[in-house]
Amino acid sequence: MDSSEAVYNALKEAEIDFIVSLPCINLGKLLEMVECDPEIIHVPVTREEEGFGIAAGAYFGGKNTAILMQNSGLGNSVNVLASLYELYKIPILMIISHRGTQGEPIIAQIPMGKATPDILKVLKIPYFNPKTSEEAFKTIKKAWDMAKTNGSGVAILLEISYW
Amino acid sequence: MERIEAMKIITESLNDELLICNIGFPSRELYSVKDSNTHFYMLGSMGMASSIGLGLALSQNRRVVVFDGDGSILMNMGTLATIYNQNPENFILVVFDNECYGSTGSQCTYAKTVDLGKVAKAIGFEKTFCFRDTIEFEQILKLKGPVFVHVKVDPGNADVPIIDLSPEDIKNRFIHEINKNRSF
Ligand SMILES: Cc1ncc(C[n+]2csc(CCOP(=O)(O)OP(=O)(O)O)c2C)c(N)n1
Ligand SMILES: [Mg+2]
Repeated sequence: MDSSEAVYNALKEAEIDFIVSLPCINLGKLLEMVECDPEIIHVPVTREEEGFGIAAGAYFGGKNTAILMQNSGLGNSVNVLASLYELYKIPILMIISHRGTQGEPIIAQIPMGKATPDILKVLKIPYFNPKTSEEAFKTIKKAWDMAKTNGSGVAILLEISYW
Repeated sequence: MERIEAMKIITESLNDELLICNIGFPSRELYSVKDSNTHFYMLGSMGMASSIGLGLALSQNRRVVVFDGDGSILMNMGTLATIYNQNPENFILVVFDNECYGSTGSQCTYAKTVDLGKVAKAIGFEKTFCFRDTIEFEQILKLKGPVFVHVKVDPGNADVPIIDLSPEDIKNRFIHEINKNRSF
C-alpha cells in the first residue's frame, strides 16, 4: 500500500462517495484513482471555498463528502468554514497536502505552511498528522466518523515527507 | 419591481423544488413571503448559494432552484464554470440583479457595467433568460437544466424581520425534507 493508495483505500473504507478537489502535485495519483472510481462523484473546482460550498450541498443531498486540496486552499476557505460549516454543523473530511513542511523546495509555500495548523486551531477544526501509510489508513476512517459525530470538518495534514 | 416582488412571482410557480436562498435580505424576504421545509436560508458564507445548489443538484434527483444576487455571483464567478461543466439537468440558477450590494446599503456592484447574462452565455450556458418587468417562470420549469435566469430588479429591501429559526433547525428540516421522498 503506497501513500496515495492508503488514502484512497481509507476513503473507500469510510464510504466517501462525493469528492471535490483542487490539485497539489502530491495529490496527483490520488486524484486519478478518485476520478476513475464510478462509485465516487468527483467535482474538480475552481477555488477551494467553492468546493466546500458544493460539498455542503452534497451532504444535504445525503452524500459522504471529502475535499482533496493543498493547504494553501485553507486560506481561500476560512469564511465558508466558519460561516457555513461551523454555523450549521456540517461534516466534511479534509485531505490536505501540507506544503511548506520539511523538504519544501518552493519558498512561497513556507508562510502558509506555518500558518496552517494555527488556522485549523482557530477554526476549532480537529486535525491529524499521520506519518506513514498505515497510520493514514487508520486515521482517515476515524476522522470521518469524528466529523459526522461533531458536525464539523476534520483535517488530515499530509506533509511532504508523508508522500 | 423590487427583489421581493420577483421572489413572490417565482415562488408562486414552484411546486416541490428545493430552494437555496442567498445571504441577508434575500433570505429574510423569502422567509416572510413564504416559509417552507424546501427552503434553505443561507445566513452567512456570501457567494456560496450557487455552489451549495450545485452540490445538492448533483447528489439527488429533485430539482434545485437557487436565489442568488449579482454581488454574490461576482464574488464566486468561478463556480459558473463548474456548473457549466458538471451540467446538472435539475438545476436553475436565478440571479436577482439589483446592480448593488443590497443588504449592506445598496453600494454599486460591477453588474452595472458587466452583463451577467452575457457572462453566463460566454461560459457556455445554453439556456439563459433575462426578465425585467414580467417573469414567466412556468416556461423555465419545463426546461432541462442547467438554466441561468437573470432577473433585473430595482434596488431596495423590504421591511421584514430577522429569521427566527436557528441554523441547525434550518439544516435539519431541510435534510428531513430531502430524505422524505428521495428518488435515489
Ligand atoms: C465575505 C463577505 N463579504 C461581505 C459581506 C457583507 N455582505 C452581506 S450581504 C452582501 C451583499 C450581497 O449582494 P448581492 O449578492 O448582490 O445580494 P443583494 O442583497 O443585492 O440581493 C454583502 C456585501 C459578507 N457577509 N461576507
Ligand atoms: Mg445585488
